[in-house]
Amino acid sequence: MATKLPSVDAVLVGFGWTGAIMAQELTEAGLNVVAIERGDWRDTPTDFSPAYAQDELRYYWRHELFQRLNHDTLTIRNRTNQTALPMRQLGSFLLGSGVGGAGVHWNGQVWRFLPSDLKARSHNLDRYGKAAIPAEMTIQDYPVSYDDLEPHYDKFEYLCGVSGKAGNLKGVIQPGGDPFEGPRQREYPNPPLDMPYAPTLFGKAAAELGRHPFPHPAANASRAYTNPLGVQLGPCTYCGFCEKYACGNYSKATAQTTILPVLMRRKTFTLRTNCEVTKINLSADGKTATGVTYLDETGQEIEQPAEMVILSAYILHNVRLLLLSGIGKPYDPATGEGVVGRNYAYQITSSVNVFFDDKILNPFVGAGALGTMINDFNGDNFDHSGLGFIGGGYVGLMQTGARPIETHPVPTGTPSWGADWKTAIARDYLKTTTVSTHGAVMAHRGNYLDLDPTYRDALGRPLLRMTFDFTDNEHRMSDYLTDRASEIASAMGGREIKANPRKGSWDVVPYQTTHNTGGAIMGDDPKTSFTNKYLQSWDVPNLFVLGATAFPQQSGYNPTGTVAALTYYAADAIKSRYLKASHQPLVQT
Amino acid sequence: MPHNPVDRRAVLGLGLLACAAPLTSSAAQLTGAGMVWRANQSAWPTATDLRASYVYFTADEAAFVEAACARIVPADATGPSAVEAGVPLFLDRQLAGDYGKGARWYMQGPFGKNTGTQGYQSQYPPAGLYRVAIKAIGDHLSRDNGAPFHKRPAAEQDAFLKDLSAGKVDLGADADGKAYFTLLLQNVMEGYFSDPIYGGNRDLSAWKMIGFSGARYDQRPYVLAYGKPYPLPPVGIGGRPAWSVKG
Ligand SMILES: Cc1cc2nc3c(=O)[nH]c(=O)nc-3n(C[C@H](O)[C@H](O)[C@H](O)COP(=O)(O)OP(=O)(O)OC[C@H]3O[C@@H](n4cnc5c(N)ncnc54)[C@H](O)[C@@H]3O)c2cc1C
Repeated sequence: MATKLPSVDAVLVGFGWTGAIMAQELTEAGLNVVAIERGDWRDTPTDFSPAYAQDELRYYWRHELFQRLNHDTLTIRNRTNQTALPMRQLGSFLLGSGVGGAGVHWNGQVWRFLPSDLKARSHNLDRYGKAAIPAEMTIQDYPVSYDDLEPHYDKFEYLCGVSGKAGNLKGVIQPGGDPFEGPRQREYPNPPLDMPYAPTLFGKAAAELGRHPFPHPAANASRAYTNPLGVQLGPCTYCGFCEKYACGNYSKATAQTTILPVLMRRKTFTLRTNCEVTKINLSADGKTATGVTYLDETGQEIEQPAEMVILSAYILHNVRLLLLSGIGKPYDPATGEGVVGRNYAYQITSSVNVFFDDKILNPFVGAGALGTMINDFNGDNFDHSGLGFIGGGYVGLMQTGARPIETHPVPTGTPSWGADWKTAIARDYLKTTTVSTHGAVMAHRGNYLDLDPTYRDALGRPLLRMTFDFTDNEHRMSDYLTDRASEIASAMGGREIKANPRKGSWDVVPYQTTHNTGGAIMGDDPKTSFTNKYLQSWDVPNLFVLGATAFPQQSGYNPTGTVAALTYYAADAIKSRYLKASHQPLVQT
Repeated sequence: MPHNPVDRRAVLGLGLLACAAPLTSSAAQLTGAGMVWRANQSAWPTATDLRASYVYFTADEAAFVEAACARIVPADATGPSAVEAGVPLFLDRQLAGDYGKGARWYMQGPFGKNTGTQGYQSQYPPAGLYRVAIKAIGDHLSRDNGAPFHKRPAAEQDAFLKDLSAGKVDLGADADGKAYFTLLLQNVMEGYFSDPIYGGNRDLSAWKMIGFSGARYDQRPYVLAYGKPYPLPPVGIGGRPAWSVKG
């Protein structure tokens, strides 16, 4: 028998970016909140010591900060007629574990989606007609608009102290910023980071080709900053160990560096670490979540009743917990019916290396979101007529720190080992840089998440199964972006370039991005979405699901800006309306 | 516990000698479960003892691994070879510990055939795959003309490794040659370019060759120094040779 604890106002499952934001908001509103996190407690001075944080082998290749797959993983396949096999080793994406979640080892690339991204179906239908969206492409509009989210994007950017340059202030285009972005109410809280040589060369070449380069908005502080909660960040030192690593310098915005110093002091907040939620409990009629069951550090089963259950365990764990708890109708790709697991999407990336003979670039000087970008080919910022695809992505040159196990590109025709390889890297390492592309992935009927029939986790429960592949739309779009990237790369004046397009089926091996999306999406119709626009479950109104889980499809931008904005948007609705009529749907059907 | 200090050159040149006593007391040099830090804990690393002998590789395995390392990153005037950089010792230590056991990996069966996009699907964790693959390579070559890999001329070794990487060498049902080469190449790159505390990249030699600055904490002075050579020598987590007390 599980030990039953006294009830609380809200229980959060998982304590990464979304969990920390929501806990802060709800405790601010006076609620008693418990967050349950299955990983360890970790904080900057005790766990991310700059004395040994710069260890490529330990933190990236040996996965010290990431999810331990021996406990649980997922199974993967490209198509329903294949047998899914377990992801035995981390690769394409790096799942977080522990306080701060994947936010601890993110880059800090903070983007807003385009206004048209949030209307992906209706916008493309209006502009390009019915033929632009094949029947199998199950994209949907978000039930919220850019204007709905604008104040919440702003709130996250100020929480993080984002360093950047506005391109559109209240509708007026600003020199030096991104002219394609949606209008923002005010400047970024901090000026852009200093721009190293290679991204500057990219910016110059891009501008000569008529593109619109600007500095990447970065949650890597360009100067000392105190956020609206009174928490301080220190200036980034460009040490080059940011993406995939923890920052020892209080310069990268994470839950630890922006929220926890305030939240952890609140008497109304309790965090339980090394406790894994195994189930969301429901009332007999299935219409109310009564709380969660978890295993504590000693393996004891404990029940935490709560008035409100909030899933903030990362998209893949959110979906799996819904399936394991029997909440919502599982998606069936054969009929297209069901909502849990529907519209799983991802990101498609490619790159172009540029090799110089005469320019020392010192590529190891870097920061997670340091670079020069263009959005000329993102979303619907360009005319897609006749191109055979919708959507787009950014192209840019990011200097994130060329840690050498991971980054030692060689020119076309050079082998990956042996004497010629050695000559090439010794000659080129300091004089090579990489233009990258980062494209949208539309939702597709055959791409989805469900429970695996064969493989189990360490507790004996079914693993999540991911069925996913890139479709023609993604490949055409990504090839188009790679061509645009190659044009700029060629114009940078190096000795030679090498394009690395994304070919073939999605492969779990090379790291791509941790931008998994969908599976319990938001919408206006309970038949095709799991939550309403406030991330509130249609079926179980006191259950909210945070994270990129809500995205109907993935756009060409990194997700977390929008993930955070949606979390604040939901928090606002909970505080201003839901708490006054608790357990009631915020949207009537 | 006493340990057998073995001269570095003896280890490198005579792998056979060095690993004649596998699993000796030098296991005491390993921290925790074989890494130089403790898994899942925030802890300062303890550098690998470079004088110690192999603890995982058998004599035959060491001979193969040293010979393969010498072809993957050969000796020349450009910079250190993988052997000179200490990669074989690095590999031994990695395989002896948690990594070799696949401690963090999902290793439950059933084991199926990879469609090509499903990543590592061997039933063996890294250490086990080295063991079966090197044995299968030995068997394969002895059927061929008798000479073991490490006794063959460099050109023949290169040709064999190329075939292995292209999936052209059939190692039988137990070991996928291409998967093994992929793992070996990845691990050699790890050893060659990782921080020297793990036993490879000895004296920061691989970093010096390419110009990587290492574990430098504050790079602000160099962000806007466009085109200028980086003025400082590389440094590792444990400092650099010039900082150590002589004598
Ligand atoms: C290398 C890397 C770089 C990235 N860079 C960027 C970037 O530059 N820009 C960007 O927008 N995004 C980036 N991301 C993605 C970003 O980190 C995520 O979007 C963000 O962290 C998601 O927040 P979340 O709260 O949904 O999940 P997380 O932050 O991952 O938090 C989820 C937490 O839930 C816990 N949990 C899971 N299951 C359970 C359970 N059953 N019980 C209890 N706890 C549980 C986990 O341990 C984890 O701590 C990056 C990710 C990685 C890995």
